[in-house]
This record gives sequence, structure tokens and C-alpha cells, in this order.
Amino acid sequence: MIGLQHYLTVSAMLFVLAIAGIVVNRRNLILLLMCIELMLLAVNTNFIAFSRFLGDETGQVFVFFILTVAAAEAAIGLAILVVLFRNRRSIAVQELNTLKG
Amino acid sequence: MLHSILFYVFATIMFGAALGVVFSRNPIHAVMFLVFTFFNAAILWLLAEAEFLAIVLVLVYVGAVMVLFLFVVMMLEVDIEAAKRGLTRYAPLGIGLAFVMAVELINVIWLRGKLSNEAGGFAPTPEGYSNTEALGAVLYTEHVFAFEVAAVILLLAIVAAITLTMRKRPGLKVQDVAKQVAVRAKDRIRVVKMDAEKKQ
Repeated sequence: MIGLQHYLTVSAMLFVLAIAGIVVNRRNLILLLMCIELMLLAVNTNFIAFSRFLGDETGQVFVFFILTVAAAEAAIGLAILVVLFRNRRSIAVQELNTLKG
Repeated sequence: MLHSILFYVFATIMFGAALGVVFSRNPIHAVMFLVFTFFNAAILWLLAEAEFLAIVLVLVYVGAVMVLFLFVVMMLEVDIEAAKRGLTRYAPLGIGLAFVMAVELINVIWLRGKLSNEAGGFAPTPEGYSNTEALGAVLYTEHVFAFEVAAVILLLAIVAAITLTMRKRPGLKVQDVAKQVAVRAKDRIRVVKMDAEKKQ
């Protein structure tokens, strides 16, 4: 039978993979944003598993709000990315050193 | 039994797709893998009987957010060759970090877990249970304030995205609509009074 622990394991593996992705793809800002989306997906899966385990819908309401905020975050993040690309002609993270003294 | 098989199959596919997101060289392939990951996650959520959120994940995430990602990836024409060069340098560190964290988390979940119930599965939902109905009943009563705050956040995101990406290009010839509307006939036409001419 599939229970809470199976879901927690899957989402833990997804989360860990997203962390590896952030370290590996350090150069590309778009891939960093996508890895953050993966992390949010793992967290949402955790919330849903616990909501089902406890028989309480509040966890799913939380997932609903996380989805809302993540959509807003993606929209603003991509807008910042477009402006950055327009100004610098590059989205490589290591070239973002304007604030360096 | 079927439930378990479906869970393992789709969890495996989801993990493979997530590997594709992290390790694919081409950003467009990464976005496509992420879409696939979201589809499989939606199926896992369906198996946990969170039907409403599974549909929302497909509609909102795959339908809107991932299309936005794809649009930006295609618009930015990122240099793939430049992205490739830095990939392997930090790969051992990232994979090692991920491995240590995975071992710790799985240790916490399976070996130290006090949550494990004896049956190992979720308790069955009551007869006639509707996920959407139950969610709506909680969302519009207990969490109505948070719901309205979420609406304001979405509005904020719209305004922020538009103001960030809108730009004034100098030297561009555009019509000034306000000026066009405000103009009066007497500004443009001069009526001249004169006597009629005789026919030649």
C-alpha cells in the first residue's frame, strides 16, 4: 500500500535533485528558476501527502496559495530576466558583478 | 495493488524527467522535461485523491507558467555552448551534496519516523467525498482573507511584470491618441468667405 512515507520519499528525492540542479547549473539563470519550480513541486507534494494522511484540507489550501505565489514569482522573475538580458545581452550568473566594489 | 504499480511507475518517470531538467544541455529540452515532470506530479496528486489541485497544476502550471518559461527561453536565444562549458566543474559537488541530503532525508522518513501507521497506506476517504467541494468549503470560509490576499498578489505580479518590461524607445514615431482626440475642427480648417465667381 502506498502511504505517507512513499510520497515523502518521492518529494525528498525531487527536492534533493533540485538542489543538485542549482549547484550544477550555476551559470544559467533560467535553469535556476526552473530548479526552484521543482523544489516548490516537491514541497507541494509533501503538503498534499500530509493533507491526505491527516484527512485535513488545510494542507491543500496551502498548496493552492503556494501555486498562486509561485506563478507570481515566475512572472516577475522572468520579467526581471528579460530586462536583464536587454541591458547586459547575457543571463550568465557570473557576469552579474555590477554591485561588486 | 494497481494503485501501488501506478504510483511507482509515475514516480519513476517523474524522477527521470526531473533528471532531464537538471542535466539537459539545451534549455528548451529542460523546459519540456519540466512540463513532463509536472504532468507526472499531477498524476501522483490524483493518486493521493487531490483531484482539484492536480487539475490546477496542469492548467495553471503547464498551461500558463511553463508556456511563459518557454517563451522567455526562446526569446533570449541563450548561448548553449557557453552554458555547456561550466556544467561539469561543479557537478561532483552538487551530486555529492544531493546524495548526502537524500540519505539523511530517507533515514528520517523511513528509519526514525514515528508517523508510520501499521497498515502502511492512507485511510480511505468517506463515502461520497468530493475533494473540490471540501476544498471550496474550507477556502471560502476559513481562509477567505488569505484568498483575497492571493488575488492582490496576482494583481501585483501583473503590474510588476508590465512595468518592468515596458520601455520607451527614443525616436519611435507613435500616434498621440490624446492629442488626436482633443483636436477641434477650427484648429485644422479655415473657412474663407468670398463672393461667388461669375461663370466664364
